[in-house]
Amino acid sequence: MKAAVIQFPGSNCDRDMAVALEKSGADVQIVWHKELVLPKGVDLVAIPGGFSFGDYLRCGAIAANSPICRAVVDHANIGGYVLGVCNGFQVLTETGLLPGALLRNSGLKYICRTVGLKVETVNSAYTENYGAGAEIMVPIAHHDGSYFADDTTIARLIGDDRVAFTYIDNPNGSHSKIAGILSQNRRVLGMMPHPERAFEVAHGNTDGQRLFAGLMAQLSSA
Amino acid sequence: MKARVHVMLKEGVLDPQGAAVKYALSALGFSGINNVRQGKVLELDLANGTTEAQIGEMCEKLLANMVIESYRIDLL
Repeated sequence: MKAAVIQFPGSNCDRDMAVALEKSGADVQIVWHKELVLPKGVDLVAIPGGFSFGDYLRCGAIAANSPICRAVVDHANIGGYVLGVCNGFQVLTETGLLPGALLRNSGLKYICRTVGLKVETVNSAYTENYGAGAEIMVPIAHHDGSYFADDTTIARLIGDDRVAFTYIDNPNGSHSKIAGILSQNRRVLGMMPHPERAFEVAHGNTDGQRLFAGLMAQLSSA
Repeated sequence: MKARVHVMLKEGVLDPQGAAVKYALSALGFSGINNVRQGKVLELDLANGTTEAQIGEMCEKLLANMVIESYRIDLL
């Protein structure tokens, strides 16, 4: 599997993401936001966490309009895989690849701790290695992670089985406890929790590993 | 020419910052605060002849997120 990790000014989980992908067996390239094209033959684009462009205007808004993001949208539109974590999820909603938006946490505080998630669907490369309804522990670290979409969109997401993860104890006031959602073709995943921070034994928790393993299995055979 | 763009969260979108400001005002002893909504204002210095439609396009493409926000343009 060939993966590209996009790097914006202010990204801070780019290396963690690259390490998780490399240790899963991917061939990883870091790609600067000013690039106009993705490396040839990329299967997966990962948009990492951080504070791209200082979170100016709105989280992810400036990044979503950077040159590389046009190539990322094209990649997704031809059926490519895209994983957006934390700020990456915010960027994906700002590009319109995923519906909804991430609002300020309902308690107004930045939250940095490991939380329980429920795997809501196993029907995706990202989640197929978890059992249906599995409960896993994954760290969150965000100020603007409260998922919001209008009721019609939420109903469609739930009806189409596109909610990938929900919070067990909704820490940020997300609509319907949503922590991560899939695109219509189930190849774009945006999630606020950080699976790359629950990857190695040294992290104290390896619940994120299976997400990367599922991707590897899917994309190595492709 | 100058324009001022007001960006506000749409009705029905929870505004925890506005709620915190409302609480703080009440805590200072101000009474009768029914509700507070917080938004942002952007002042644009533009080439003469820029149309309101062009500013609207700027709002919809970047300045506001139409999923959660609405905007109002004042030409100054």
